[in-house]
Amino acid sequence: MFAWSPVTQHLAPGTMWNKGRSFLMIGLTVTVGLFTVVYVFRTLLSVPKYTTLNPELVPIQREKLSVRIGSYSMSLHYPQPKSLTPPRSDVMTVTPWLAPVVWDGTFDTSIINSLYQPQNLTIGTTVFAIGKYTRFIKGFLETAEKHFLVGYKVNYYIFTDKPEDVPSVALGPQRNLNVITVSKFSRWQEISMRRMERILNTIEERLLKEVDYLYCLDVDMLFHNHWGAEVLSTLVASIHPGYYKNLREVFPYERRPASQAYIPLDQGDFYYAGAMFGGLIQNVHALTKTCHQAILIDKQNNIEAAWQEESHLNKYLLQYKPTKVLSPEYLWDDTKPKPPEIHFIRFSTVVKNYAEVRENV
Amino acid sequence: MCSKGLPYLFFGVTVTVGMFTASYVFHSKWTLLSVSKYQTLFTLYPEPALHYPQPKSLTPPRSDVITVTPWLAPVVWDETFESSIIDSLYQPQNLTIGTTVFAIGKYTRFIKGFLETAEKHFLVGYKVNYYIFTDKPEDVPSVALGPQRNLNVITVSKFSRWQEISMRRMERILNIIEERLLKEVDYLYCLDVDMHFHNHWGAEVLSTLVASMHPWLYFYPRDRFTYERRPASQAYIPLDQGDFYYAGAIFGGLIQNVHALTKTCHQAILIDKQNNIEAVFQEESHLNKYLLQYKPTKVLSPEYLWDDTKPKSPEIHFIRFSTVVKNYTEVRENV
Repeated sequence: MFAWSPVTQHLAPGTMWNKGRSFLMIGLTVTVGLFTVVYVFRTLLSVPKYTTLNPELVPIQREKLSVRIGSYSMSLHYPQPKSLTPPRSDVMTVTPWLAPVVWDGTFDTSIINSLYQPQNLTIGTTVFAIGKYTRFIKGFLETAEKHFLVGYKVNYYIFTDKPEDVPSVALGPQRNLNVITVSKFSRWQEISMRRMERILNTIEERLLKEVDYLYCLDVDMLFHNHWGAEVLSTLVASIHPGYYKNLREVFPYERRPASQAYIPLDQGDFYYAGAMFGGLIQNVHALTKTCHQAILIDKQNNIEAAWQEESHLNKYLLQYKPTKVLSPEYLWDDTKPKPPEIHFIRFSTVVKNYAEVRENV
Repeated sequence: MCSKGLPYLFFGVTVTVGMFTASYVFHSKWTLLSVSKYQTLFTLYPEPALHYPQPKSLTPPRSDVITVTPWLAPVVWDETFESSIIDSLYQPQNLTIGTTVFAIGKYTRFIKGFLETAEKHFLVGYKVNYYIFTDKPEDVPSVALGPQRNLNVITVSKFSRWQEISMRRMERILNIIEERLLKEVDYLYCLDVDMHFHNHWGAEVLSTLVASMHPWLYFYPRDRFTYERRPASQAYIPLDQGDFYYAGAIFGGLIQNVHALTKTCHQAILIDKQNNIEAVFQEESHLNKYLLQYKPTKVLSPEYLWDDTKPKSPEIHFIRFSTVVKNYTEVRENV
């Protein structure tokens, strides 16, 4: 068979090809195996994305206000802003990293709307109504229809384990309801913490294409006053009504270094509420992704942060600072008496019996 | 002969499949096993090194000035911001900030002072590209620049009227943006050259669209702002409108937004030319019209652009950038 080759003449016919093919197969297999091993070790042992300020997680998405080339239209009429007159003398209206803090008196709604309305935005909002919390959906939706981003395209995303209990509420034009069925966990803490993961999944499955801004709210709340486009910004958080007068050492941050949410006593800007966070969809994506990873790491280490995902939210926002902060007008607790700096309440918790609605102690 | 290779093949396939499974299990983000690698080797957040006083919700940083506009743009004054925090947010973004100045005719004499003081105070620690527009490139002095700071000289023609030189800046900046800057810089700040930096002029100025309050007019009522008041001009603003009087000596922001601004202002200037009208303060009038409509996302206080012939008032804690005192009739080559 191989008569032409002097080397192979002394071998049995066919053996050379057999031997070669075996080696070829071994070689191929080893090569493929090595590639797999290299891939596995390169990705696992390489620095994970979150230890440094990975650009995909740093909120660098900037609002594209003013990128409009064109002619000038009619202007609005409003009082002149005065350079030597602060809009509020009793509260902080801008953070040390130059994020506005939104209080009554600091903004003019007509100007804000003139900037955002032409952008044809869609704002999404997520709420979780699981177990007995379905009873809050009606009040939330009805009051949102009166006060929440009125005049804008709004998509509600209601996560529930009982879709049949979602009431039918009349919605205004360009306002849509989406019901997403999820399972119920036995512990309310778990239900609360898993919101990060569930919002993250929904963002990746659909929201990146469906909305421009996303606001993740608690459902056991009612809107009472204007909650409008003044909240729109790259990354937005709300000051917790219970702690805005306290020193950072008494903020209920997670204080155990074993947790990913750990913040030492001498650090911290504000105590942000877990009941409200939002911003451009890409930034909420980064936030939920990082917080979910942090929660998983804590689980692995058998630790649960003091205030569940709210602790993780605070850790995230200490590092990746919000570009706009909402005053406690935007998230109030009706069991608290109203102090003078709060001119009126825009959104507050429904007074309820916690032991009754939460199905574990 | 096939059977001899077959065991090796099976062995190889099994090893490969096994490795893929192992890598999937250990790598998949949905399993806790993948997470354990992070937990044992790294923490999720880098150690924040910053220590600064706590911001207090019930304590305004400044009680004597406006710190946020009615459209929620911060107004940047001393004490409203903490540089270390600002830098911690912007430094990691690996930004390039460009700045344009026009040094035409006798104005080349100001380049040295501008560059030397900019090297001390302007966006220090960041990548900066200077773009010097001049009709006399040979007169551009050689100034030592820090690392990651570059000089670009762009030769342009000189017009006989200083007003024309000033107004054409919009067109020239627009052209250079379209030719190269969209690819070369993240932020662009268009400044006057006959100026010196005296103090920190840092990353606190970075924002989508930025303008500066005019040092002479920031405390005036709007009906005394020196807007263009003739309806025949594109820059016309009626007496009952206006937020601030912005200075033509500074405007900036994200490159895409400066592109939109210069394009619109240039078009407006051309329309005015067609109608034989020149706005009262040239491109500064057009800038003000633009910013009334397309509001800035950050406003710089007069600390950021001062006129040294003006006495300093108490709300101005210190001056960061100011005009070089000069004889206007001498440097401007027409009356």
